[in-house]
Amino acid sequence: MTRYVIRRLLLLVPVLVGISMVTFAMLRLIPGDPARIMLGEHATEEAIERFRESAGLNDPIPVQYWRYLQRIAKGDWGRSIARRELVTTELAQRLPATLELSVGAMIVACVVGISAGIVSAYKQNSAFDLVTMIGALVGVSMPVFWLGLLLSYFFGFKLHWLPPSARLTVGIELKTIAEAYNIQLSGQIGAAVMAVLNFLSNLYVFDSIVTANPDALIDSIKHLILPSIALGTIPMSIIARMTRSSLLEVLGMDYIRTARAKGQHERVVLMTHAMKNAFLPIITVIGLQFGGLLAGAILTETIFSWPGMGRLVVERILARDYPTVQGAVLVIALLFVFLNLLVDISYAYLDPRIRYE
Amino acid sequence: MDRPPGSDVASLGRTRARSSLLLDAWRRLRRDKLAIAGMLLILLFVIAAIFAPLIAPYSPIEQNLLQRRQPPSRQHWMGLDEVGRDVFSRLIFGARASLQVGLLSVSLAILVGSILGALSGYLGGWVDQAIMRVMDILLAFPGLLLAIAVVSILGPGLMNMLYAIGFVSIPVYARIMRASVLAIREQDFVMAARAVGVPEHRMLLRQILPNCLTPIIVAGTLGIATAILDAAGLSFLGLGAQPPMPEWGTMLGEGRGSVFTAPHIVLFPGLAIMLNVLGFNLLGDGLRDALDPRLRM
Repeated sequence: MTRYVIRRLLLLVPVLVGISMVTFAMLRLIPGDPARIMLGEHATEEAIERFRESAGLNDPIPVQYWRYLQRIAKGDWGRSIARRELVTTELAQRLPATLELSVGAMIVACVVGISAGIVSAYKQNSAFDLVTMIGALVGVSMPVFWLGLLLSYFFGFKLHWLPPSARLTVGIELKTIAEAYNIQLSGQIGAAVMAVLNFLSNLYVFDSIVTANPDALIDSIKHLILPSIALGTIPMSIIARMTRSSLLEVLGMDYIRTARAKGQHERVVLMTHAMKNAFLPIITVIGLQFGGLLAGAILTETIFSWPGMGRLVVERILARDYPTVQGAVLVIALLFVFLNLLVDISYAYLDPRIRYE
Repeated sequence: MDRPPGSDVASLGRTRARSSLLLDAWRRLRRDKLAIAGMLLILLFVIAAIFAPLIAPYSPIEQNLLQRRQPPSRQHWMGLDEVGRDVFSRLIFGARASLQVGLLSVSLAILVGSILGALSGYLGGWVDQAIMRVMDILLAFPGLLLAIAVVSILGPGLMNMLYAIGFVSIPVYARIMRASVLAIREQDFVMAARAVGVPEHRMLLRQILPNCLTPIIVAGTLGIATAILDAAGLSFLGLGAQPPMPEWGTMLGEGRGSVFTAPHIVLFPGLAIMLNVLGFNLLGDGLRDALDPRLRM
């Protein structure tokens, strides 16, 4: 197992180098002079030349790339043009929102997808099976942003069941963990701890539990429901189809017949004997879909005014705020690669045959 | 023409196997009700796209500011949009942009991806390593994000979006092609052809490529569905087709502000996207089952 993990990690190195090259190249490839883009339309020629010199834009490209790598490693990701804030600060604010939304979407997708898939397989060719499978086909063909608009119109605007956008109702107070428990730390380690606490506080559901704030907890969960359904629909459909086909394959096997023949309770046959073996491909699909959620989040967040990474990318591309876009793309790609790595490793852990390929 | 002896026999055998494979597949496909439904849906949109000026009752870009956001009526089946254009007519013309982006971006990706994948699988060695590592890097980004990045470099627009979506899906076809070439070049009929002296480049073109087509066709059909969805998403964000061009994603993006007052403006374009994508997904599933029953889901 350790050998497999090490080999998989080594394979990651060229990919990481490639990702850094792509994000580095982004700023060089966009039309226009990076210095002018950084300083804005009204900068003087002298200021631009000074900036070029101080930012090292006059150096050879390989030198610039090497310096970029060093900066990234040191955590100096530059300043956003639109907000004049540190890119890392903005990303740390936005990333938790996307993570919370992705987890919400995945919970919806897994709970509904797996249960629908199990029932469909068990009652193969029944009316339920037919409706579920057609539903799943429609689900994978659904434009996420359209579904989001419709959900927000019907359940948010027409029926007033759930809030149509944003993360929290205006007026509901949510203290950060540091505020609630009066934590103030200084020094290098202290600052790092504070940063982690602030990051966690931006996970609103988590924060409202830790700070014992039931109003905010209910409110933030309510805000999560519609975007989670919109974002979760495609993975839900894929998981439902995978669960059904994988379970059907297993149910046809001899050991299931043996289990039934010895008079084992049907529920035990299905949930313990069959699902144990059917789960492997389902887990792979879940992992891969989790990565796909990051792309879907770009559209979902735009619809629901959800202040996450996806919306950040779109907003800042339109505002030509490239340092922020560069940082956001880097973070999303790293997250994506990390998730795929996790899928591979857990798959190898669950199925020893993979390790000895 | 000076042909190596025996090559005719080899190609004869291939032709017969191929045509019966296609015939078999067609027979299976015809029995698949969902695949037929998918084909009908696609046909509907193809007809709409080709005969758009004849079918559409109104101009897709003419504005009627006095009747903005009018709900569906006898004259305007799907109502009027936020500047008083006929939604139905815009939908009909919108089929052109959608099919164009779907078909062309996937063709582009298949063309480039197949060449790269075939070279990779056939030549092996450092060429293989270099090509596949670059593909790995492209796959390290979520597709839509990479497409957004490419469009932000090229600038928004229908054609640039088409290139971006095509570019992003190259690795899929490169991988399929490489895997097929690797699997097929070891098979007996290729060995036989090599043994009778068929030159290498002819082997690649006449023996190996035709046998790699099946998985490419299936992935391509499903890929069109994804491409149409991505294109709609990019246009919705304002990075794809530019107004006043009638395009479904752009219609949704422009009508987004009116969703609470005039939901019909966003209802119909989304429905069109979904049905079109559904058509290609159904056909793709059917093709996969028909061409390669082992992959049945």
